[in-house]
Amino acid sequence: MSLLQSTQFRPDPSANATRRALIRAWPEFQNPAAWLVALILVIMPLIANGFFLIEIFATTLILGVIALSLMFLAGYGGMVSLMQLTIAGFAGYMVAVFGMSGNANISLGWPWWLATPMALALATLFGTLGGALAVRTEGIYTIMITLAIGAAFYYFTNQNWAIFNGHTGINTVATPHFWGVDWRSDIAFYYVTLGVAAICYFAVQYVSRAPFGLALQGVRDNPRRMAALGFNPNAHRIAAYAFAAFIAALGGVLQVWNYRQISPGSVSVGACIDVLIIAVVGGITRPIGPFIGALIFVLLRTFALDVLIKFGLDGNRFRLLIGLGFLAIVFWSSDGVIGLWERWRRRSTTATQRSGGGRHG
Amino acid sequence: MLKSSLGLIALSSLLLSGTAFAQEKIKVGVTATLEGTYTVLGEDGMRGHQTALNVLGKKIGDKELEFIVASTDATPDSAVRAVRKLIEQDKVQILLSPLSGDEGIAVKNFAKTHPELTFVNAASGAQETTYVDPAPNFFRYNMDGAQWQVGLGKYAYETKGYRKIATVGEDYSFIYTQVFGLVLEFCGAGGQVTNRQWVPLGTKDFASVIAALPDDVDAIYLGLGGADAVNFLNQYQQAGGKAHLMGGSIMIDQTILSSKGSAKNALIGTIAASGQADTWEDPGWQKFVKAYQDSFPESKRFPSPSLLATNYYGSTMALILALRQVNGDLSNNQAKLKDALAKIEIDAPNGKIKLDANRQAIGTNFVTEVVDDGKGALFSKVVKVIPNVNQTLGYDPAVFAKIGLPSRTVPECKKY
Repeated sequence: MSLLQSTQFRPDPSANATRRALIRAWPEFQNPAAWLVALILVIMPLIANGFFLIEIFATTLILGVIALSLMFLAGYGGMVSLMQLTIAGFAGYMVAVFGMSGNANISLGWPWWLATPMALALATLFGTLGGALAVRTEGIYTIMITLAIGAAFYYFTNQNWAIFNGHTGINTVATPHFWGVDWRSDIAFYYVTLGVAAICYFAVQYVSRAPFGLALQGVRDNPRRMAALGFNPNAHRIAAYAFAAFIAALGGVLQVWNYRQISPGSVSVGACIDVLIIAVVGGITRPIGPFIGALIFVLLRTFALDVLIKFGLDGNRFRLLIGLGFLAIVFWSSDGVIGLWERWRRRSTTATQRSGGGRHG
Repeated sequence: MLKSSLGLIALSSLLLSGTAFAQEKIKVGVTATLEGTYTVLGEDGMRGHQTALNVLGKKIGDKELEFIVASTDATPDSAVRAVRKLIEQDKVQILLSPLSGDEGIAVKNFAKTHPELTFVNAASGAQETTYVDPAPNFFRYNMDGAQWQVGLGKYAYETKGYRKIATVGEDYSFIYTQVFGLVLEFCGAGGQVTNRQWVPLGTKDFASVIAALPDDVDAIYLGLGGADAVNFLNQYQQAGGKAHLMGGSIMIDQTILSSKGSAKNALIGTIAASGQADTWEDPGWQKFVKAYQDSFPESKRFPSPSLLATNYYGSTMALILALRQVNGDLSNNQAKLKDALAKIEIDAPNGKIKLDANRQAIGTNFVTEVVDDGKGALFSKVVKVIPNVNQTLGYDPAVFAKIGLPSRTVPECKKY
């Protein structure tokens, strides 16, 4: 099953020892394409206007961060958690509840520098508790229990008016404004998002190679043997949930700053599954996968309606186009876009050796 | 020679006008619920919008209107996302949005972050949208949910003799507003509302709701819409329900009355109130119904326009007429247009509409009863027409403010 695919990297055998160590630590520094992507992302405000900058790229980064937390759990821990968006939504709600918003009867009006850490801490706690429940199960049962948590939270927000303001949600959430900069203005917000996404990306990359991450992958592959070696598999898993919850919470805070409002629709079961789709479409074997998946998802969601109308078709059927797009990607590569790309690269380098098909027959 | 040069002139003038034409477009963004529970409502809303364009045309002086549609699913997040897409990607200058109650509250708040643009509410009817902290650039030409219930409480109490009722409604702002209007009037007349049940928007299984309906009431009020209403009626019929029914404005509406299957027959004889009545004999209304019917083939529309079609028609009409008054002048942050919108009085199909100081419609309301036309089609028949219904429902504003904002438990069942 692709979800449990090992996450390997193949150092170039010809490299010398120090280079190998560096490559092992940060392989993407050796890749000119990675530098190019980084450069493009940094100078994006020069290329893209407000719409593409925020609605496409910042949204991609935010969804990518949330999906990254799922990728971390699923790729390195073998635990598919559908509650990552719920954790993000919880963080967003907490920002709205502790911070300032248009609903003065609910919001406590704390300044952002107090409300945000509070929201992050509470959401991490929430995710850890949910994780502590979920680690008692495996495989499909983990999916079910985390989906149950997500669904329960959605219906709770929908019907609770004292804290979550029911179906209406919380509007006009205040965004940070300091050092004379409005951090929600397009360019500033884009850089905030990019910075957070980069930190999360490298953090996941780092943790995956740190002893904790390696032990987690060991727990994924053979928990019994890891237990025999003296590791505590459940403690590792819960710690992984806590780490992933913190990343998801960061995404959630950015999300609520982006839309300046939050309501149950943002934490619906459909949205939870969207995060899974993003991660699977992008590929859950590498941290870059969720970001690629998020870009595809955001582009499809934004432009499917326009594309259909352009071809003279009924615009109301745009969900179908989105579904077909995802189906096509998953059909041709159970490893998502990352898998497609890797297969293509392998084929082009070993074309003369007439290598066999991809890993997934 | 003469001929060819004439042709050349004609050609060049055509090209010139072509370029002039391209510059002189006014872009309007439209949102409708084309997904989710309220899909049918959104689709008919768009038919109303199209009918208005067919009747009034898209020309504003020498400029032309261009409409860009975005889809939502009745959740506030989807509405904000759609509106942002329209403004930032499609660069629309005017918004005709949104359809549903909570969407309206979110879009109104969003409108404050774009004070330079103009927002014309398409059909949403939550009270809070224009009553609490209204946005100066948000205009609503339909009445809110409470205004649409005016007359129903009295009619139920005095003519039908109902004394005790229970309500079932979707758990969000528009239905709160509807129940608010009903309870104020019904309890004010002396009736009792014994039980208020709230179900989440998009509920599919009503078994527990139906089981919990009280038996000792004279009627049950249904504040449901779209797919929820049809699901409820099907399950209510299967459960053998026989109580008298009363309906909210999107419950007794062509979106439900034209639904497939026989469950809707449970609605025959149901009393309701709304911003329109299908069989009203007013020539303006009849003309609108005719225009709606002529605009679409019979299989692709309802027998008669729904409340959403009427609302979209009215808001589109107000926008076009106001734009014509100012000759499409959008300079100076659209100040002239906003001024014209605030002052304009329109002859909407469902009666005259003008705006109050909060830019909220004052209009005509209808108490109706569902009848079978003999061929299996259901329509709402006028029982009573109530002109000049304002947002405070005729209450003194100070008294009205004391009642509180519509919610699950507000207003209390008493005389204010």
